[in-house]
Amino acid sequence: MHFHSVSVRFSEAPVLEDVSFDLEAGRFLAIVGPNGGGKSTLIKVALGLVTPVKGHAALFGDRAGAHPERVGYVPQIKTFDRTFPATALELVTTGLRGSWPARVTQEEREHGLGALRRVGAEALADRQLARLSGGELQRAYLARALVRRPDIVLLDEPATGVDFLVEHDLYDLLEEYQAETQGAAGPATIAMITHDMAAARYHADLVLVLNRRLMAYGPPEEALESESLREAFGHRQHQHAVAL
Amino acid sequence: MTLLDALSLPFLQRALVAGVLIAVGTGLLGVFVVQRRLSFLGDGLAHAAFGGMGIGAFVIVTTGLVGSGLAVLRDPIWIAVPFSLLAAAGIYLMRRRTDLSSDTAIGVSFAVTVALGVMFFSLIPPDVNLGVSLMDLLFGSILGVRALDLYVILGVTLLAAGLTAAYWGKLAYATFDEELARADGVDTARAELVLYLLAALVIAVSAVVVGIILMAAYLVIPAATARLLARTLSQMTALTVVIGIVATLLGLAASFLLDVPSGSTIVLVQALMFSLAAMSRRPRREPLRSS
Repeated sequence: MHFHSVSVRFSEAPVLEDVSFDLEAGRFLAIVGPNGGGKSTLIKVALGLVTPVKGHAALFGDRAGAHPERVGYVPQIKTFDRTFPATALELVTTGLRGSWPARVTQEEREHGLGALRRVGAEALADRQLARLSGGELQRAYLARALVRRPDIVLLDEPATGVDFLVEHDLYDLLEEYQAETQGAAGPATIAMITHDMAAARYHADLVLVLNRRLMAYGPPEEALESESLREAFGHRQHQHAVAL
Repeated sequence: MTLLDALSLPFLQRALVAGVLIAVGTGLLGVFVVQRRLSFLGDGLAHAAFGGMGIGAFVIVTTGLVGSGLAVLRDPIWIAVPFSLLAAAGIYLMRRRTDLSSDTAIGVSFAVTVALGVMFFSLIPPDVNLGVSLMDLLFGSILGVRALDLYVILGVTLLAAGLTAAYWGKLAYATFDEELARADGVDTARAELVLYLLAALVIAVSAVVVGIILMAAYLVIPAATARLLARTLSQMTALTVVIGIVATLLGLAASFLLDVPSGSTIVLVQALMFSLAAMSRRPRREPLRSS
């Protein structure tokens, strides 16, 4: 993933300013920063959903959004229509097809069940999405992201407000997936927005601190050092973050 | 005359075929209209068809086409269809390029097109016979369907079925979650435009048969009924079409036997089926979870 001097504005309000960084394949990146700091926007730029007003973003050496089949995306806020009649397996199948299935084939069902099994949610396959809890939904979305065996997984605060998915499980799953994809193409890249500084410190091998501008980028022990967090969060929240 | 005897009457055969075709066309699109909370779109586009018919009728009268030997040239539908497509494109652009919500964009189009329709119809001398009356336009005349209408409806239904089949997966994905669909490379703007234009086309050619006032019912009630019964969107799509066809056949039969207007009888049968579906649902043990 390559960001070169990326700036984004929404209705003239700056959301990202001059953000540049390179993320090599196979790394585990934690993106941290205060609310409104542009973390979700950064992920959306990488997905090609938001076009920068300045600079450019690239994925796999091509423009962002050019290879959706190589990206697994787990959104933060479930913006889906809760009245939409759908099962968890149909949602997972969109990860295989890139469109909504009129009928799930036997092969897709097997792949989908495998992905749901991996996240401990096989029993949810034929359940209505509207009846799932936040944690169960998160598992279904994670299965949807992983079922296509992506080269990069982008997760937007996947553990926020979750009542079922223990964050520890999530990190284990992601690390397991990375280990599994060691091969000719190399391990998958993970980029995840999180508020959990302790988890970022423990699991990620790179941390990006963002507050509209890139405040710090590097190994956790460097990026999470006191001064960059103080700048990003302000003093009071920084004390809280350091305590974690 | 019994119902079986009546089935041999050409006008009733045409009515049955037209009703079934309209149930298929509106049903396929109605699923997305209901799921996208665009129920007002049916009303808006039906009234755009009314505006187009008014302009078309005025053009036919003032240019002397009313006396043309070609039946198709005497029919205001050839102006109503492109006018409705323009209205649909206008609603789409208003929604995409401004912060206005769908119902506001549709409301603006609704008011403007009705005003145009009323104005142009008022400019036509009352003694001119257009072959289609204002009452037919407002309340429908399914028993008055001509062979030409039938061919137009058949062509439009086939086009709608073909394009809906081609775009179903993308439209469904974008209806479920537009951002997720876009992240997967779906051109959600194009899918939405296809939906709006197809709805305009189907509604414009169906409005004379079903009536402008009842058109929205065809687009909304069968899909809403199917939503109460279906577990998946593909089930909902199939059920919507079946419910639309059954309501049309039962409604036409009831209207013949009771000697009451056919359009309103069909809509009342649709409403009855909706009520039965709503009553057949078991009360939820747990509420839908909020996001």
